[in-house]
Amino acid sequence: MSLKIVVLAKQVPDTRNVGKDAMTAEGTINRAALPAIFNPEDLNALEQALRLKESHPGSTVTMLTMGPGRAAEIIREGLYRGADGGYLLTDRAFAGADTLATSYALATAIRKIGEYDLIIGGRQAIDGDTAQVGPQVAEKLGLTQVTYAEEILDVDEKSRKITIKRHIDGGVETVTAPMPLVITVNGSAAPCRPRNAKLVQKYKRALGAQEKAAATADGAELPYAGLYAERPYLNITEWSTADVGADLEQCGLSGSPTKVKTIQNISFQAKESKTLTGSDKDVEGLITELLANHTIG
Amino acid sequence: MANFYTEHPELRHHLNNPMMKRICELKERNYRDKDEFDYAPQDYEDAMDSYDKVLEITGEITGEVIAANAESVDLEGPHCADGRVEYASGTKVNMDAMVKAGLNGMTMPRRFGGLNFPITPYTMCAEIVAAADAGFSNIWSLQDCIETLYEFGNEDQHSRFIPRICAGETMSMDLTEPDAGSDLQSVMLKATFDEAENCWRLNGVKRFITNGDADLHLVLARSEEGTKDGRGLSMFIYDKRSGGVNVRRIENKLGIHGSPTCELVFKNAKAELCGERKLGLIKYVMALMNGARLGIAAQSVGLSQAAYNEALAYAKDRKQFGKAIIEFPAVYDMLSTIKAKLDAGRALLYQTSRYVDIYKALDDIARERKLTPEERQEQKKYARLADAFTPLAKGMNSEYANQNAYDCIQVHGGSGFMLEYACQRIYRDARITSIYEGTTQLQTVAAIRYVTNGSYLATLRDYEQIECSDEMKPLMERVKAMTDKFEACTNLVKEAADQEFHDLMARRLYEMAADCVMSHLIIQDATQAPEMFSGSAKVYVNYAEAEVDKHNSFITNFRKEDISCYRK
Repeated sequence: MSLKIVVLAKQVPDTRNVGKDAMTAEGTINRAALPAIFNPEDLNALEQALRLKESHPGSTVTMLTMGPGRAAEIIREGLYRGADGGYLLTDRAFAGADTLATSYALATAIRKIGEYDLIIGGRQAIDGDTAQVGPQVAEKLGLTQVTYAEEILDVDEKSRKITIKRHIDGGVETVTAPMPLVITVNGSAAPCRPRNAKLVQKYKRALGAQEKAAATADGAELPYAGLYAERPYLNITEWSTADVGADLEQCGLSGSPTKVKTIQNISFQAKESKTLTGSDKDVEGLITELLANHTIG
Repeated sequence: MANFYTEHPELRHHLNNPMMKRICELKERNYRDKDEFDYAPQDYEDAMDSYDKVLEITGEITGEVIAANAESVDLEGPHCADGRVEYASGTKVNMDAMVKAGLNGMTMPRRFGGLNFPITPYTMCAEIVAAADAGFSNIWSLQDCIETLYEFGNEDQHSRFIPRICAGETMSMDLTEPDAGSDLQSVMLKATFDEAENCWRLNGVKRFITNGDADLHLVLARSEEGTKDGRGLSMFIYDKRSGGVNVRRIENKLGIHGSPTCELVFKNAKAELCGERKLGLIKYVMALMNGARLGIAAQSVGLSQAAYNEALAYAKDRKQFGKAIIEFPAVYDMLSTIKAKLDAGRALLYQTSRYVDIYKALDDIARERKLTPEERQEQKKYARLADAFTPLAKGMNSEYANQNAYDCIQVHGGSGFMLEYACQRIYRDARITSIYEGTTQLQTVAAIRYVTNGSYLATLRDYEQIECSDEMKPLMERVKAMTDKFEACTNLVKEAADQEFHDLMARRLYEMAADCVMSHLIIQDATQAPEMFSGSAKVYVNYAEAEVDKHNSFITNFRKEDISCYRK
C-alpha cells in the first residue's frame, strides 16, 4: 500500500546555543546571532516519513513549511534526504502568526494538497516550545492525532490503521489509530538520516521564487537559469494566502489572539528539579511560587 | 554541529587546487553525463561545488555520528560467531549513515550508480572519516578495491558487482597468508578450475584480512600448479553470496579495534577470475596496493589531524604554574611541529592524489578511445609521478601520524597515559599505519629507484621554477640547498656501487627526498594562502632542513667498514 505523507517542518533560530547577544535591546530575537536551522524534532518526523516511504513503495513525502522566502531551505533539506517535493507557504499576511494562525494556515494548505494519509510533524519547535501546532492542525482538519510518537510500528493495509509507539512519562504506550491522521514525533525517536550525495547534487539549485528574485535583484543573471525550465523539480512552489484561499482575518497577526506583553532577559543561575504530585495542594504551591519569582504572571 | 570538513579549511584549500580543472575535465569527459543523469555536473564550477557539498555531508556525519561512536566501537569491537563477523553496534550505525548518504562507490561511473568523483575528493572523505575513527575508515575505505575490479574486470563483472558496491556493500582484499606477508610471491591459497561447474574453486587460509567477512573479496591465489613465484598467481573475485569462506577468528589487536582483522578459511569456495591468469600479483595486486597505500596515507593524515586537535585543546585548557601550558615553548614547540608535519604531509597526500587522478582518468579514456599523442605523454608523465609519490605519501604520513600521536600524548602529560583521553586511541590506531599495505621499509624499496634514477631530483628542480611569494623566497633558497645535499648524497651512494651500502642508506635518501618535496609543497601552499600556511611552512622547513642535515651528515660521514657492526 502506498501512502501520501505530508511532513510539517519549520525553520527556527537555533536556540540551543544561546549566547548573550541572542536578544535585541527591544526584546525580539536577534536573528543575526542565531542561525536558521531545521527544527530538530521536525527532522525526527521527516525520518519517520522516509522510513514509511521505504517500507511502502510508491509512497510520497511532501514537505510543507511556512515562513519567509529563505525558508525554502527547509524544502531543500527534505529533498536532500528523500522527500518528493514540497510547498512553502509565504506571504506577508502570514507573518506574526501564533499557533492558532499557523495551524489555520497549514490546515488550509493541507486541504489544497488534497490527498493525504498521514501528516507528520515534530512535537514542538525550539523557538516557541508550545507543542500546539500539530494538535491544532488535527483539530482543524477533523483528524485523529497521536502525539509524542517515537516509532511507527505498523501500517495495516486492510483496516487502514496505524500502530504507533508513544513516549509518555515514565514509559511507552502503543496505540492504534485510523488514517488519515496527524502524528507529532518526539525527539527521542530515531534521528534523521544524513543528506544524500546524489540528491544534494540533484536538488542543490532548487529555489523558490523569492530566492530567485533575491539572487537576481542586482541585475545578475540566475546561475544555470536554463535548467529551471528543463527541470521543473528545481522550482520550489510558493503559496500565498490567495493560493490556498485563506481568510486573511485568520492569518498572521490578525488571526493571532496571543499578544506579547513584555519580554524580559533572564539568566538562569542554577538548574534544579523537583517532583510534584498532581494534587491541588502541589499545583497551588507551584503557581504561588512561580508567581512570586515572576516566572509567570 | 561538529563538521570535520568545514572546521578544517585546509581541506577546501587543497580541493581548490588549479589541477582540479584538468582532473574534472578528464573525469567528466567534458561533462557529457549532464543530460543523462540529474546529479551530474554541468561544468567545472558545478562539479567543484558538488565535491564541496558532498564533503560537507561527510564532514557532518564524521563529526556528529562517527566521532561520537569511536570510543564505544573501540571498546566493543567486532565479534565472530558461526564463521561470520558481527560489527560493533556503533560501526553498524556509522555504516548505515554512510550508505544512506550515498557515500559508497564514490569514484565509480554513474552508469553503475556511482558518483563519478575523482580520487582527490574521495581521498578527502577518507581522511576525515579516519580523523573520526581510523578503525571504521578501513571498513568504509575498502570500497576503493572496486577500482581494481573496474580496471581489470570484464563488462559482465562490472554490471554485476559495481552497482552492489555503490549501494553500500563492502569489500576486502585477501592477500596475506601465514607465510606470505611482505613477500606475497609465496602465496599458496590454491585455485583450481572446476570443469563440471565451469568455475574456479579456492582452498586454503588467509590471515590478517581487514574486513574479512566483506560482501565481495578480491583474492590472490595460486592458479598455476607447480609454480612457486609471483607468476603463478591470479586474482579472483569471491562473492560472499556463493559461500565457502568462513571467518575462523578475529585478531586481538593493539589498535583499530573497530576494524575486524580476520583469519579466513576457504573451503572449495566458488570464485571467478578477474582479468587474466598469472597477472594477479605482478599487475593487479600492484594496482590494488597503490590505491590502498594512498588510502593509508589519507588515514594517517586523518590521525595526525585528530592528534593535533586533541593536543591543541588540551594544551589550551590545562593550566600549570599559573598559565595554560600552550604558552610554554617546550609545549608549543611540539604543537607547531605536529601542525607542520600535518600540513606538509597533507600537501604531499593531495599532490599524489591529483597525479593519480590524471593518469587514471586518462587510462579510463584509453579504454574508450585511442589517446592522442599529447594525452599519451600526459598519461605517462602522471603515472610516473603517481608511482614515485605514492610510497612517499604513505611512508612519510604514516611515520608522521605515529610521531604526532606520540607527541599528542606527551602534551597531555600523565593524563595522556590514562585511558580516559582520546589520545591513547589515536596512538594505538596510528601504530599500524606504518606497517600495513607495505611497511615504511617497503615504501623505501618502492621509492628508491626514483631516488637513483633522478626522478625526484628532476621534480624538485621543476618545483624550484614555480614562483613563490616574497615571504617564502628565503625558504625557497634553503630548500634549494637541501636539494643540493640530497643530490650530493645520492651521487655518493651511487658512486660507491655497493648494494649493501646502498640498501642501508636507502631510507635516509628516501626521507631526504620526501623532506625536500614536502618543503616545496608547503611553500606553494603558503604562497597561495599565507594566512593558513605560512607559519607551518616556516616551522616545517626548519624541521626538514635539520632532518636533511642529519641524513647528510650520516651518509657523508659513514665508513663502509662499519657495516659489519650493523649486521646482526
